[in-house]
Amino acid sequence: MQAYLDHGATTPLRPESLAAMLPYLTEHFGNPSGSHRVARRARLAIDEARDDMARCLGCRPGEIVFTSGGTEADNLAVLGVPASGRGTVLCSAVEHHAVRNACAARGGTTVAVHRDGVVDLDALAGALGPEVGLVSVMLVNNEVGTVQPLADVAALVRALCPGALVHTDAVAAVGWLDVAADAAVADLVSVSAHKFGGPKGVGALVVRDGARLAPVLFGGTQERGRRPGTHDVAGIVGMAAALRVATDARPLTAGRVARQRARLADGLVASIGDVRETVGEPGGAARGAPADHGGAKAASSCHLLVAGVDQEELLVLLDDEGVCASAGSACASGALEPSHVLLAMGLNPDQAKTGIRFSLGYTTTDDEIDHVLAVMPKVVERLRA
Amino acid sequence: MSGGVDSSVAAALLAEAGHDVVGATLKLWGGASDSGCCSVADVDDARRVAEQLGLDHHVFNFTDAFEASVVTPYVSDHVAGRTPNPCIECNRAIKFGLLLDRSARLGFDALATGHHARIVGNDGGGEPRLRRGADKHKDQSYVLSMLSARELARVVLPVGELTKVEVRARATRLGLRTADKPDSQDVCFIHSARGRRGFLEQRVPLHRAEVVDAASGEVVGTVPAGELVTVGQRRGLGVAADGHRRYALTVDVRARRITVGSAADALARRVPVERAGWVVSALRGGERAYAQTSAHGTAAPCTWEGDAVVFDEPQPLVAPGQTVALYDGADPDAVLGAAVATAVA
Repeated sequence: MQAYLDHGATTPLRPESLAAMLPYLTEHFGNPSGSHRVARRARLAIDEARDDMARCLGCRPGEIVFTSGGTEADNLAVLGVPASGRGTVLCSAVEHHAVRNACAARGGTTVAVHRDGVVDLDALAGALGPEVGLVSVMLVNNEVGTVQPLADVAALVRALCPGALVHTDAVAAVGWLDVAADAAVADLVSVSAHKFGGPKGVGALVVRDGARLAPVLFGGTQERGRRPGTHDVAGIVGMAAALRVATDARPLTAGRVARQRARLADGLVASIGDVRETVGEPGGAARGAPADHGGAKAASSCHLLVAGVDQEELLVLLDDEGVCASAGSACASGALEPSHVLLAMGLNPDQAKTGIRFSLGYTTTDDEIDHVLAVMPKVVERLRA
Repeated sequence: MSGGVDSSVAAALLAEAGHDVVGATLKLWGGASDSGCCSVADVDDARRVAEQLGLDHHVFNFTDAFEASVVTPYVSDHVAGRTPNPCIECNRAIKFGLLLDRSARLGFDALATGHHARIVGNDGGGEPRLRRGADKHKDQSYVLSMLSARELARVVLPVGELTKVEVRARATRLGLRTADKPDSQDVCFIHSARGRRGFLEQRVPLHRAEVVDAASGEVVGTVPAGELVTVGQRRGLGVAADGHRRYALTVDVRARRITVGSAADALARRVPVERAGWVVSALRGGERAYAQTSAHGTAAPCTWEGDAVVFDEPQPLVAPGQTVALYDGADPDAVLGAAVATAVA
């Protein structure tokens, strides 16, 4: 039995996405920047994909900038803020490396978070000044699932720092939150196709009209000069198809997965001693709750701290049992690095090494949950022996 | 699996023999590195070999433990004027410490490495013993000499019966990408371009020291960093008035003083030691042994005196901090244990 509970890393390709892509990997091979009929056929596909993406993300088609993925979208947002004048960038301490390291590359600062991973609004207020050009706070944390109070963040920025842009990395939110509504307050929104059933290597940044962003890549005039390079036509079509399905299915899927998530978390906490949910307690508010308050948690995320167990060892034994989970992020060699997210939440390095993430997705079955509930107690017992 | 040829072939031999083998590569060092088991290219090689052999492969992050158990003591030894053996500390604390423990928790019967040494008697009957590898030129029993029978019982060294030439031939026959990879030579966390000095001066202040002639008491020169001088060293200490080379006899970092003498002064029969550990049982005072004082040195006959090794013939000075590996006086391939050289009182 295999239980794939690493949808936070990547998701299986949706059949609708594959079917939508195939013609653009075969007969419709044109370069959409050309003028002849073959090119126009590809151009039509990009235009339709852009319309679909805009509907799902609550923006205008011209506000979509296609990129090579979430990382490039985040980099474009953070590095695209003009360095002159308001050149300082801020991000929360629990951002994905794509935001965090891009911020660091331009000398930005991080804003502290509370123990539940929610950005500290007082600290943010203190960091806002006339030199700040961009504030980046993710919609859902990819490791622990915390939903950030983005509306409060945006309100604070508008009040204290009206010229600054608000960016949100919504990569971990698509499919779980109503991104069109919840990210409406942001000027810039990043998404990544393979986190919602689309192909790897394609993503998008929403750049609201009026938000001034300089390109970070230079070349042709694709994406109105904001992102040059020949379009990945099949990838873009596949992303739009996946996003349509993920958006339409969201109410049903999120509800089902939230119940599965609760059963998994409650079951493991009940059957194994010294296990707790990293964010939120069982029965608490953090149950795939709406995003309008901080401290809620996405339906997909079951992040646990398993006292007395090393995450590297736990992952090996779970893998032996067919359970695919993850912990922290991997360095270039593939070794696990201590999670900057857990450290930022105030855990010490030893505690951080006990963290494990089960991330559920649209294909998750009750059998998979049962399998984890069956094998996890004996695996933990063995490692604690 | 370090990504080198020896551990690649070790894995291949065990897999061929029908064992259920899983490859593990350790990430030990986060900083700049160009050799040893820490570079991404080496991890890639290890993973590709494992894939070729059909083995699962994991990368374990032991950087914190490596820092605490190997790098920090390495630095403090140099600060104290000692010359450490970081590879031995890594073997003791990490590979045959944490990793061996982890392998047991994960349900493995044994941990195999690509070291050139042999373990006999770990098939259930009696206490296991460590012996030199079949290739006398590549023998690595020195860096394993501090392992006890308790660890050896759960360790397998598949290439110990082979010569290096045979290991490479086996790797070539199997088409392993590591077949022609050069041996790693240096301390894995020391970047060759920056060297020991470049590494140490990032962590601690280095101090100029005066060079004093042991016989006359005269100051005959200075060295830029006393921390980098090793007892017995010749290089960088200048030439005496009579044209003979000078050798470091003592290193006192705190007093900023290196004493030097002639080649004859840099020999001694008695090497004081501490922290002796034994494979099975301790030598008794007065018993005969062979002692080897560096990884690629040769063992010389000696008598064990409990707190010192006394060589039959004068030997080059052994720097404090260096491991002294002890071999059986009647069976020079058999490792008895190891101790650490201390300063002459």
